[in-house]
Amino acid sequence: MDEILVAEKLTRRFGGLAANQDVSLSLQRSQLHALVGPNGAGKSTCINMLSGDMTPTSGRVLLGGRDITRLTSYQRSMIGIGRSYQRTNIFPKFTAFENCRLAAQSRRQRAWRLFTDAAQLADAREQAATALQRAGLAGREEIIAGTLSHGEQRQLEIAMVLATDATVLLLDEPLAGMGAEESAQMVELLRALRADHAILLVEHDMDAVFAVADVITVLVTGQVLASGEPEMIRANREVQQAYLGQDEVLHG
Amino acid sequence: MRRRVIPGVNFLLLVLLLTLPWFAPPYYVELIAKILVFAIFAMSLDLLIGFTGLVSFGHAAFFGIAAYSLVLLTPHAGAVSLWIALPVAALAAAIAAFVIGLFVLRTRGVYFIMVTLAFAQMVFSLFHDTKIGGGSDGVFLNSRPDASLFGFTPFDLANGVHAYYFVVAMLALTFLLLERVLRSPFGRVLVGIRSNEHRMQSLGYATYRYKLGAFTLAGALAGVAGFCYAVLFAFVNPELLSWHRSGDAILMVILGGMGSLGGAIAGAFAFVSMQEFFSQATKHWLLLMGTAIVLTVLFLPGGLAAVPDRIRRALTRERPHG
Amino acid sequence: MDFPSFLIQVLNAVQYGLLLFLVASGLTLIFGIMGIINLAHGSFYMIGAYLAFVLSSATGSLMLALAIGVPLALIFGWLLEWAVFTHLYKRDHLEQVLLTYGLILFFEEARSILVDNDVHSVAIPELLQASIALTETLSYPVYRLFISVVCLAIAVALYFLIRYTRLGMMIRAGSHDRDMVAALGININLVYRIVFALGVALAAFAGMIAAPVSTVYPGMGSHVLIVSFVIVVIGGIGSVWGALLAALVIGFTDTFGKVVFPDYAGILVYVVMAAVLLWRPEGILRKSGG
Repeated sequence: MDEILVAEKLTRRFGGLAANQDVSLSLQRSQLHALVGPNGAGKSTCINMLSGDMTPTSGRVLLGGRDITRLTSYQRSMIGIGRSYQRTNIFPKFTAFENCRLAAQSRRQRAWRLFTDAAQLADAREQAATALQRAGLAGREEIIAGTLSHGEQRQLEIAMVLATDATVLLLDEPLAGMGAEESAQMVELLRALRADHAILLVEHDMDAVFAVADVITVLVTGQVLASGEPEMIRANREVQQAYLGQDEVLHG
Repeated sequence: MRRRVIPGVNFLLLVLLLTLPWFAPPYYVELIAKILVFAIFAMSLDLLIGFTGLVSFGHAAFFGIAAYSLVLLTPHAGAVSLWIALPVAALAAAIAAFVIGLFVLRTRGVYFIMVTLAFAQMVFSLFHDTKIGGGSDGVFLNSRPDASLFGFTPFDLANGVHAYYFVVAMLALTFLLLERVLRSPFGRVLVGIRSNEHRMQSLGYATYRYKLGAFTLAGALAGVAGFCYAVLFAFVNPELLSWHRSGDAILMVILGGMGSLGGAIAGAFAFVSMQEFFSQATKHWLLLMGTAIVLTVLFLPGGLAAVPDRIRRALTRERPHG
Repeated sequence: MDFPSFLIQVLNAVQYGLLLFLVASGLTLIFGIMGIINLAHGSFYMIGAYLAFVLSSATGSLMLALAIGVPLALIFGWLLEWAVFTHLYKRDHLEQVLLTYGLILFFEEARSILVDNDVHSVAIPELLQASIALTETLSYPVYRLFISVVCLAIAVALYFLIRYTRLGMMIRAGSHDRDMVAALGININLVYRIVFALGVALAAFAGMIAAPVSTVYPGMGSHVLIVSFVIVVIGGIGSVWGALLAALVIGFTDTFGKVVFPDYAGILVYVVMAAVLLWRPEGILRKSGG
């Protein structure tokens, strides 16, 4: 079974407006699937429906063949779906380490052990340390998260997801607001992560997308315009037209 | 990131507390005991407001339920065993908190504040309108709980000094319990919920269950406070469950600085002191109190919580940076 | 229960519900538009009632008291918003709760100083003192019908205000995002002040006309506040129609509750709220999952 996460004709209406209409896509092991499109195309809505932050009006979400449409976001996290957010969604007053430790603790919550010192739990600590290192934040563990630089906070976003041992990563614009060097580092990280995860990458930065994506789905006004390998997308007439006048022009 | 008050101060206060009955007249012993009861109450509420981010305006309900439980458990003649009455009273409060929690935790933000107020009022009406425990007049406690165990009586709660130390012990136990709980995995989740509940869910935490757990625990501890109150004053009436008492508790938590157990204790002292001070000044002291609250919220940036912080900063010895 | 008695209870339920609606509508508007939770809202009701007592004692006429009292309430609301509430918009809920709680203490004590702590009755205006005969033995007071009619008229007026005026348009938008509304070129400070004064006046007016029926007593503010909260929770914050529906539900629950379970009537209202919470935590008229 190669397909891990499948979206089947997901539709989301707000009153008369369809933010997403019959959106279907699938994520596979060791594959990076990019979801792109102009502003307002419905990318956030789509990823929200996959992570459980929003319920679809119709359609299904399947994980390993099992229908998980009714599962809430915390239930999806427990079965291996991790989500990072476009607008940095961390715990600003905790240290970077505590952010990840808390994320790792979710795997073995031990809620009843009221007299255990959480900070001593070795498994959560190790997982947090590993996640921070993988995300490139080694040495920054004790810094208060709210005082990290923007790029480091975006890295922390990813680290937290990694700390939950997720197999499916739903990444919402991880490169948002990053400079050239930080973006390059993030792209390297994504490449490394691709090997053992199924990744959905929502992004605006087309250079990054073409550097790492195995499959690209283009979303325009809530509907899938085209989906396939990067070269095919690049050559697609309709896609070129949809992007005409946009800042992110497809380079040949 | 915790500031340490000059170590001497804490120790001094503790000594003062433990030796109080030796040098203070009974009136003051009883007053301090009352403050300590409110301190337990305030700490239990701080667990909700300061640590979990749940602004509950109905906490007095659990205080009152436990107090009434003791009175209802005490037979007409003779006394009930302390070792039965205390757990049962706390359990009653915990169960009430659990049941009410099931409903109120379905709401957020302002709704939550309103429904906790409403449910507390429901419990108040239960005691006020019906014949459970004497209705609006309240009811007296015939005899204090009996502390005998295996034929040996370690202390007598009818004795003011013994009762005082009992309350001190309860305060210490509550404090230590909450300290441990807050450092536990459960406690860390609560703090995470206050910081960013949405992310906690996204990370795999069933936050509703954790909040329910916190609400129940807080209710149980409020019950311990209520039990102590009944032991001290041997009289309970529906006023104990009034939303004004819930409001007082919120004030105590804010005065002391939210998210700090020691702060909650300080807040209880500050609140009762304010009450005493104002009520000496004029019989219309509520006017002053109300004005003081309004002005402080309006003009103190960061609200009342900033005051304890400033005092703490003033008392804290600056550590030289190496 | 025979039909005339039943009819009397229905009329009472409607009258009580409509009165509660006046108070709750102010509360839900103030929260819905300005995002402020105001614990002192019940105090406005109490202030209205005591004002009616003082003015009608002085002038000998409740109608005159209303004529003077309503403008006074509007001015009071206007000044209160300008002096105090305008600072609360950017604050969090806890601070709002605290400050308005302080206001309650202030108002209660002020009333104690300026008037007293006693229970008072206010006379029904002569014109409305009659009763309509329903059967040989049962009759219904005209004044209570008057209350219902007036409240209904105000509800209709609110409807027109919300549906057909610019102010109403902003209310319908339900926005308490100052910057966005201000960006639309509207003087947001003025709007908020008007809405607040309106809310205060509604609550105070309710207290004034209810005075002859409910008597004037110190705890009336607390009581109506909590019931208003229940109404707002059931009806949904910011929804005036939700408030109307919920107020009527509460009116019926309370009135018939007192007939069927006199001892437990006070609790019945909360049971209804609990039931609604199980079913629709955001209020009856809120679309779930929106």
